[in-house]
Amino acid sequence: MSALTTAGDLRRLVVRDLRREVRVPDGLIVNTALPVIIMVLFVYVFGGAITTGSSKLDYIDFVVPAVLLMSGGYGAALTAVSIAEDMTGGMIDRFRTLPISGWVVPAGHVVASVIRNLVSCAIALAAAVLLGFRPDASPADWLLVSALVAAYILAMSSLAVLWGLLVRSTQAAGAFSFIVLFLPYLSNGVVPSETMPGAVRWFAENQPITPVVDSLRALLLELPIGSSGVRAAAWLGGFVLVSAPIAAVMFRRRTAS
Amino acid sequence: MPFADAIQARGLTKSFGSTRVLAGIDLTVTTGTLLALLGPNGSGKTTTVRILTTLLPPDGGTAVVAGHDVTREGVAVRRAIGLTAQQATVDDLLTGRENLELFAGLYHMGRRTARRRAAELLERFDLAAAANRQVATYSGGMRRRLDLAASMVSAPRILFLDEPTTGLDPRSRAELWAVIRELLASGTTILLTTQYLEEADQLADRVAVINQGRVVADDSPGALKRHIGSDRLIVHLEHLADLPRAHAALAGTGAHSDPEEREITVAVQGPGELRHALDLLHRAGVAVERVELRAPTLDDVFFELTAVAA
Repeated sequence: MSALTTAGDLRRLVVRDLRREVRVPDGLIVNTALPVIIMVLFVYVFGGAITTGSSKLDYIDFVVPAVLLMSGGYGAALTAVSIAEDMTGGMIDRFRTLPISGWVVPAGHVVASVIRNLVSCAIALAAAVLLGFRPDASPADWLLVSALVAAYILAMSSLAVLWGLLVRSTQAAGAFSFIVLFLPYLSNGVVPSETMPGAVRWFAENQPITPVVDSLRALLLELPIGSSGVRAAAWLGGFVLVSAPIAAVMFRRRTAS
Repeated sequence: MPFADAIQARGLTKSFGSTRVLAGIDLTVTTGTLLALLGPNGSGKTTTVRILTTLLPPDGGTAVVAGHDVTREGVAVRRAIGLTAQQATVDDLLTGRENLELFAGLYHMGRRTARRRAAELLERFDLAAAANRQVATYSGGMRRRLDLAASMVSAPRILFLDEPTTGLDPRSRAELWAVIRELLASGTTILLTTQYLEEADQLADRVAVINQGRVVADDSPGALKRHIGSDRLIVHLEHLADLPRAHAALAGTGAHSDPEEREITVAVQGPGELRHALDLLHRAGVAVERVELRAPTLDDVFFELTAVAA
């Protein structure tokens, strides 16, 4: 099968996924209203009570990266549900009798997830600007911010595919989104990790979300990025490099019986 | 067509864990004909279809579909076949047209060809009026027809239909039968699985009866019906004690008694045999509470077939 044909198949499956998205009310809400709600909640409800510790930032400046990751991550995690729906319904049998490479089916879900969740993040960012967020990023920084957010969504979507293949029901597949929505709380994203007690602090400082948040914050606010850029890239790259081949093998296995 | 037999399976076996689902299936479907694979739930119908459509590798045996081995030449087999599985294999959130255009695209038809093919199929399967509605709003019968249309996107020479009418109301079923007959008339070879004897009788050139992973009969519907008799007379007795006497009176007619229901069932062909059976009971002095006459069912087929085998 030529690369061009496969790219065409991928495009068709991405279009299918985006069409599905706009026809399910909860999907649309997750992708448009939820980012705004989270942003407003953090800035107006929690913002007044949380101090940003040694960073001395305004809370809105502090929290924007975490809200971006929550907005994009939650939608990305729902990829698990799309995969589980295809696997438990009959669609997978239809796809399998078509002359297409098997992996384009999960890949279509992942690519569609990156597209629609980047839109969610853009909406979250627009809401932040309306609420008073004033980033200092240069065009090159913006490019890096977009790349980093896209990489985060890609990593979470790939993990979601793995989860969706692992569990055997759409309900269980949905559970993944709670993990992804919850993780930023245990990072340097919502409150400074320096305020947390021992073990929690250790986790917050060493879990993958923190370097991503720190990098985004540095890029958006023209702060020194330190080693967090490299660590973020390593984590996210690692997630994709590990989960994609495992997902491909699992997909082949699950569809072989 | 270069092959006299579109489908040929020999000794297919398959186990899931310690459960043996197929115990050696032999099947032949002549090109341009319809074979009905008739059997109850769990008899191995779906497993057989999944093996023949390359979705499941067999443990043993061989199957050649459209001249290609299903295990070694899966891609070539897929190119020649269409499958309508038991579960709906269309996307509920897309419209009927979008579904067909998606599948046509995935068969690598150009945009314009795909659009034309989708429109053609919507027309042919009587879905043109609902083409731009989401499939979620379709009735069971419409969904089945769309599923069938989706299987016909690539104009396959061989079509597999796994219980296409299960769960449909009688009218939808009749409509689907008409569509299947039309496909058959246009030269498509069809393997259809069903639990309904009537469906096999209506549509099939040949019926293979499958039970516990084995083909227990493979014949024309006419021959099968001659074998199982046309109608079933069920005699409900007043007293359970009469049952052995009733059975003795009807000896030689292949009657079988069911003590729990206090009834005895006899195959009868025409009014003559019916009267004769009732006469025999009357002469034996058996008190009859009520009688019932019904068309033979899948259960009767199995009773007859296994009775002969035993």
